[in-house]
Amino acid sequence: MIKQLSRIFILFVLVILYAPILILTVYSFTNATNIGAIRGFSLHNYVTLFTTPELRDMIIGTVVLALVAALLATILGTMGAIGAFYSKRQVSSMIDTLNQVPVVNADVVTGFSICILLVVVLGISKDTFIPLVIGHVTLCAPFVYLSVIPKLKQMDASIYEAALDLGATPQTALRKIVIPQIASGIVSGFSLAVTLSLDDYFIATYTKPATFDTISTYVVNATKGAQTTIKTALWALSAVIFVIVVLFVVVSNLKAENEEAAD
Amino acid sequence: MHALKLTRKSLGIPYALFLLLFVAAPLIVLVYYAFTNGQGQFTVSNLTGFFTDPNTLGTLCYSFAIAVTTTVVCLLLAYPTAYILAKSNFKRKSVVVMLFIMPMWINFSLRITALKEILTLIEGNLAYYPFLNAVIGMTYDFLPFMILPIYNTIVKLDESLIEAAKDLGADERSAFFKITLPLSVPGIVSGIAMVFLPAMTNYVVLDMLYNSTYIMGSLIGSYFAAYNWHGGSMIALILLGIICAFTLATKGMEDEDGSAAGGALL
Repeated sequence: MIKQLSRIFILFVLVILYAPILILTVYSFTNATNIGAIRGFSLHNYVTLFTTPELRDMIIGTVVLALVAALLATILGTMGAIGAFYSKRQVSSMIDTLNQVPVVNADVVTGFSICILLVVVLGISKDTFIPLVIGHVTLCAPFVYLSVIPKLKQMDASIYEAALDLGATPQTALRKIVIPQIASGIVSGFSLAVTLSLDDYFIATYTKPATFDTISTYVVNATKGAQTTIKTALWALSAVIFVIVVLFVVVSNLKAENEEAAD
Repeated sequence: MHALKLTRKSLGIPYALFLLLFVAAPLIVLVYYAFTNGQGQFTVSNLTGFFTDPNTLGTLCYSFAIAVTTTVVCLLLAYPTAYILAKSNFKRKSVVVMLFIMPMWINFSLRITALKEILTLIEGNLAYYPFLNAVIGMTYDFLPFMILPIYNTIVKLDESLIEAAKDLGADERSAFFKITLPLSVPGIVSGIAMVFLPAMTNYVVLDMLYNSTYIMGSLIGSYFAAYNWHGGSMIALILLGIICAFTLATKGMEDEDGSAAGGALL
């Protein structure tokens, strides 16, 4: 009885989480302009999505921004983590504290404060993309730092010492001993950074050039507007992203299972 | 040995500078702007203005109401979900758990668009139920962020404690209330931190659901749109104060992994 009830509850929560996106996916294959209206099968939303230059530029722009910001954040965050890990207590706790600020802070506040400093005080034009990229790196780097630090703590320090004893230079030892041991943290930090940048709305709104849009800012503006073709083309975009995420999860699960089987 | 330490340590310099320039400096500028006026003179009128204007005070209270309601609804849905998942013996449990995390990776604006279409179908005009829609929208957006830290805490619980309680005569119910629930507090606190603060500030969810009501974040948005940096900075500073108070109040109660929201996300 309890088992049945808990299964029903789990199912109920899953329906809450997925019903909207699944219904939208189904409707993206029709020529309906509203959910609820029953119309014929059509692929025109997908045609619009992939042929409208405005939509294409917005998607490419979002992905490029995410990759650039995540790459910079990963380099900075990883170097910061290694540096902080080997620094004196006071220095590393200062970096720790400052690193925690963007993590707990509201994105609205982070975005607004970066906009004030860079755009209002220093007068850097938003059209240079500098405020936007710095904003996204500020959003992402702390999470890279937080993914790398635990790996450094788990690392066996004696291997590094052994490498030095055997004649490796500190640089070589860092490259061949430390980096491989923290690689999994760097990779998960990077993917976290990409996700954060892709999902960001607030930092982009406060720092982006007026003519540039990320998926988030574009979709938010589109829902306020009345352009039906764009609105339904975005349903197709949701469906595409949903499928990409599902594929990603399935593939990574199969990979994990294979690795388990190999062990 | 000395030179070696210098190289390893000096790797941290760029990031330390970056944090000083783009995390610390913006906050200092924020404080400066919050306590000056357009002529650059010191003033506390931004602060007193906030606490004497019934509109802004109303927004603060309304924000709290939305954030508390959203947090409670999320908790009521997330705790049983996390508990059932952690205790279950589903085949392919990791896949089932993944189903609850996956929505985090789909862009929120697209998910809220989907929700908006459904709500419009059900309610007709979204403008009639601003409070309800705000809570539904935020619950839909933030629920996975509440489920994950609670799940992580419960799944790591030492099963033998519960067995011990049962051996000593506790029934299911008292074992749950005296062992499992108290030990899952760190996860609950992490979850609350990940829902409550965004629920006070994430005004774009409200905007997308045709909501004309204001929460604290919306005030920053409207000052920003009006190029009023001083008023906006004061709101940002008040929000920072709330965030600091919240962080200090829950310090030490959070899960080690949970407090690093990074751990909760991947």
